[in-house]
Amino acid sequence: MIESGGVWTLSEVRGGLVHQVSYELLAWGRDLADVLGTPLSAVLMGHGVAGQAEGLVAHGADQVYVVDSPELADFLPDSFARVLGDLVSRHRPEILIASATSTGRALMPLLFVDADTGLTADCTELSIETDERLLLQTRPAIGGNVMADIRTPLGRPQMCTVRPRSRRPLPEDRSRTGRIVEETPDVSSVMRLLEFLPEKKVGAPLQDAEVIVSGGRGMKGARNFAMLEELAALLGGSVGASRAAVDMNWAPYSSQVGLSGKSVTPKVYIACGISGAVQHLAGMSASDTVIAINTDPEAAIFRVADLGIVGDALEVVPALIGRLRS
Amino acid sequence: MRVAVLVKQVPATEDVRIDDATGTMIREGVEAELNPLDLHAVEEAVRLRERFGASEIVALSMGPPRAAKALRSALAMGCDRGVLLSDAKFAGSDTLATARTLASGLRREGAFDLVLSGERATDGETGQVGPAVGRILGMSPLAFVSAVESVGDGRIVVRRAVEGGHERVEAPLPAMLSVVKEINVPRLCTLGGRMRARRAEIPVVGAAELDISDDRLGLAGSPTRVVRVSYPHVVRKGRVLSAKDGLDAALDEILGVLESRGIARGGERA
Ligand SMILES: Cc1cc2nc3c(=O)[nH]c(=O)nc-3n(C[C@H](O)[C@H](O)[C@H](O)COP(=O)(O)OP(=O)(O)OC[C@H]3O[C@@H](n4cnc5c(N)ncnc54)[C@H](O)[C@@H]3O)c2cc1C
Ligand SMILES: Nc1ncnc2c1ncn2[C@@H]1O[C@H](COP(=O)(O)O)[C@@H](O)[C@H]1O
Repeated sequence: MIESGGVWTLSEVRGGLVHQVSYELLAWGRDLADVLGTPLSAVLMGHGVAGQAEGLVAHGADQVYVVDSPELADFLPDSFARVLGDLVSRHRPEILIASATSTGRALMPLLFVDADTGLTADCTELSIETDERLLLQTRPAIGGNVMADIRTPLGRPQMCTVRPRSRRPLPEDRSRTGRIVEETPDVSSVMRLLEFLPEKKVGAPLQDAEVIVSGGRGMKGARNFAMLEELAALLGGSVGASRAAVDMNWAPYSSQVGLSGKSVTPKVYIACGISGAVQHLAGMSASDTVIAINTDPEAAIFRVADLGIVGDALEVVPALIGRLRS
Repeated sequence: MRVAVLVKQVPATEDVRIDDATGTMIREGVEAELNPLDLHAVEEAVRLRERFGASEIVALSMGPPRAAKALRSALAMGCDRGVLLSDAKFAGSDTLATARTLASGLRREGAFDLVLSGERATDGETGQVGPAVGRILGMSPLAFVSAVESVGDGRIVVRRAVEGGHERVEAPLPAMLSVVKEINVPRLCTLGGRMRARRAEIPVVGAAELDISDDRLGLAGSPTRVVRVSYPHVVRKGRVLSAKDGLDAALDEILGVLESRGIARGGERA
C-alpha cells in the first residue's frame, strides 16, 4: 500500500546524481514527520536516478516516489512542475519542502499557483505547532534584521523552500527500509535545454567548502585578498567576502556570504576585517567554528566567534601563513 | 511584440531601522524607491525593444497610491505607460494574492508576449511573485535570466544563472522572465525622460475593475500568515584575545582551533 499524505521533500539531481541538499531536506522532513506521526516521502525526478532511491531511504525517507525518464534528464520547469503537481494532487501531502536553490526557487512558485496554496521562501528553521499540527516556517525578513514565523492555515500542502546548508543530513543508515514507488506521468516539455556553460572554478564552490577564509572592508583593498587566497589554499578552503568587499570589487559576487549572497556552513569560517552585520551573520552563523580577526574589540562578529583575535588582519593573516608554511 | 514589467515600490533598505520595542520596521522618514532589482527588469525591457522591436512597454505595480512614484521611475527609463493597482482590499496580500492581483491587472491590459520582473524585492525577498504571475497567465517560466539571446518566431532563448554556471534554454512565447542583477547595467534617466514621467497620467485600477472576487484578494485571499517576528540572537561563548598581547600566542590559538577541527596544514587543494 502506498501511504498518502504525510511530509514530502523534493530531491534535487545535478549531473545525474542526487545532490546533498536532498539529504538536508530529509533531515528536516524526518523531524516534522516524527512529530506528526506521518510517513516521510521523497520525490525523485530525473534520468537514470531510480538506483539512487535507496540512498534517500538511507537518509531518512520512508517512501520514495520515483519518476525516471530520459525526458527528465535536464531540469525544465514546465514538465517538472507538471509531474510534481500531478503527484501532489493524487497523493495529497500535508507538507512539501524543497531547497531554496535555483531549481527549487524556479519550480515551487509554479506549483503553489497550481495547488492554490501558500509558499514561504528561504526558510532557515522549520517546526510543527503541535496543537494545530501546522508547519511553522521561520525565515529572515527585512534584510535579516528580524526573523518572521509564518504559517499556512489555508491551503494544502503547506509549502516552503529551505535554505541550503541550514541543516546537516542525518548519518546514512543502509539498514533502513522504505518503499520505492515508480510513477509514469506525462513528462513532455515545450522547453529545451540547449547547453550548460560551466563557470570557471576557483576552489570548491563556497557552499561545499570545509574552510572559508572571508574578507571584509577591513582588508583595505583588492590586492590584500591575495593573502586570503593564499591562506585558503594552505587550509584547503575557499575565499568568501562581505557585501562591502564585493561592492568595492575586491571579490566577485559569487563569493558574497550573507543574506543577499550565499549561506555557508563550513567546519571553520575565518572572518577577516568583517564587522558582523546581521545580514552577513545570516549567511555564516551556522558554521561549526568561527574565528574572527578584527581591530575593533566591540565588533559584533566577536559575539558569534569561538575564537576572536583583536588585531590587524593585515598582520595576523601573513603571520599565520608564515606559521603554516614553517 | 508587447512587453510588461512588474515593478514594486520598496523602502530604501540601506535606511531600514527596526523599532527595538516592537521589532517592526520604522517606516516614518524612510525613503521609498523602485526595488533596485526591478531597475534591471525595466532596463532589459527597454533593450528588448531596441533589439527586437516592441509596440509597447507597460509598467505595472500593485501598492498604495504613493507607489505611483515607482512607476514614474520606470517611465523615465523608457516604459510607455504605467498602471497602478491600488485598493484598500489589496492590503495584507501575500505572494499568491499579490500574483493574482497583478495577473488580473495584466489581463486587463491585453495579451503580452513577454512579462519581466526583478529576481526579488528587497523587502519581501521571496522571488515568487514574478514566476507566479507568469504561471497564472500560462506563460513559459524562465527564472534567474542573466541574458536574452534571441526573441522571434514565437520562441525565446535565454541564459539562466544556476549553481555552477549558466544554462541556455529555449522556450515558446509568451514567456515570464525574472531577471538577475548581472543581466545589464540600468541606464541613468535623461532629463527629458524624467519630465515626461512627471507629466504622465497614471491610471489607478481598483478591485472592482479586476476579474477576481474579494475573497481572493488581500489578507482574505492569502493562504499564509505572519504570526510572529523576533530578533535573531546568535551568541557563542568564545574567547577573545588581543594580538597586541602577543601575536605568537594568538597564532597558537588559531592553529590549535584548526587542529582540533581536523583541518590539516597544507590541506588538499580543492
Ligand atoms: C538588504 C541587505 C542585504 C545585505 N546582504 C548582505 C550580505 O549578503 N552579505 C554581507 O556581508 N552584507 C550584506 N549586507 C550589508 C551589511 O549590512 C554590511 O553593510 C556589510 O556586511 C558590511 O561589510 P563589512 O563587515 O566588510 O564592512 P564594515 O561593516 O565596514 O566592517 C569592516 C570591519 O573591519 C574592521 N577592520 C578595519 N580595519 C581592519 C584591519 N586592518 N584588520 C582587521 N579588521 C579591520 C573594522 O573594525 C570593521 O569591524 C546587506 C545589507 C542589506 C540592507
Ligand atoms: N506589489 C508588486 N507590484 C509589482 N510588482 C511586484 C510586486 N511585488 C513583487 N513584484 C515583482 O515581483 C518581483 C519579486 O518580488 P518578491 O516575490 O516579493 O521577491 C519583484 O522584483 C517585482 O518585479
